[in-house]
Amino acid sequence: MMRTLLVRGMLVGLVAGVLAFLWAHFVGEHPVRAAIAVEEAAAPPPVPGGPVEEEVVGRGTQEGLGLLLGTTIFAVAIGGFVALVLAIVQGRASTLRVRATVAAVCGLGFLATVIVPFTKYPANPPAVGSGDTIDERTGWFFVLVIIALVGVVAAVRLGRQLHARWGAGNAIFAAGVLFVLLMAVAHVALPNENEVRAGFPPQILWDFRLANLGTQAIVWTTVAFGFGIAAEHAVEGRPLRPRARPLPQTVA
Amino acid sequence: MSSTTPTVDVERTPVPPVSLREILPYWVFAGVVLMFGIYFVGAEEGATAVFSGSAVHELVHDARHLLGFPCH
Ligand SMILES: [Zn+2]
Repeated sequence: MMRTLLVRGMLVGLVAGVLAFLWAHFVGEHPVRAAIAVEEAAAPPPVPGGPVEEEVVGRGTQEGLGLLLGTTIFAVAIGGFVALVLAIVQGRASTLRVRATVAAVCGLGFLATVIVPFTKYPANPPAVGSGDTIDERTGWFFVLVIIALVGVVAAVRLGRQLHARWGAGNAIFAAGVLFVLLMAVAHVALPNENEVRAGFPPQILWDFRLANLGTQAIVWTTVAFGFGIAAEHAVEGRPLRPRARPLPQTVA
Repeated sequence: MSSTTPTVDVERTPVPPVSLREILPYWVFAGVVLMFGIYFVGAEEGATAVFSGSAVHELVHDARHLLGFPCH
């Protein structure tokens, strides 16, 4: 069963990665190109006969095959992890239907790994950041993601404990309050990183960040929906395509 | 989900479909491989590097940006 779930999660992830690529390629590359153009216009003209910056991978490959490779590897990994988490929580932390559990896992995963880091270390288009701070920015980004994942687990545990006494609505509200408080503390405690130089066009930045959210949203919603169906059928032993059921006999 | 067959929605899965003993080896092996995939797209040849050079970084570069990982 674990193998089936993992394979299905990763296959759905593959589809999610291709869909995310289409969005990223046709929508996301606009602000990326615009940001590169702004930076190239601001850069001093190259000295004739001076050292030429060598392109290891051309822009065409980066916007095409490279982008496709990146989104699919990422989305396959997300699909796989959602399958691994589902196997643990289904029937234990969650007594919901499989599809609902998958949706909850994906929603909380999106919250912890996309929305929370977005509020503190939002994505920047190429040519914006400084290469000197990439180490610490990457480090704090992953620290915040880990804190958010721990926060999700803590909030879910609290919600489950309060469920019997307070009912579902109040328990979910209390869990949400705990999560927001934990994230607020993390937000204040972790250092700020602001890479955007003064004068960078805000519209390009805004468009790029929306494109970033869109790319991630496509990955997570595709896994939530697609793997929800595939996993439910795997667990409940029904074929993926429902067989034509004989119509109930109508009594004349 | 379907409003035509309300009885199906009331069903619960009372028992875990996968035992923890079955899950553990998959978590260990698949977890490592999948984590490496995310690392490969999100951070390789940026903050840290397994491969030398910058070919991996350059190849998945746009995906890294558009997926929201820090870069540059
Ligand atoms: Zn970059």
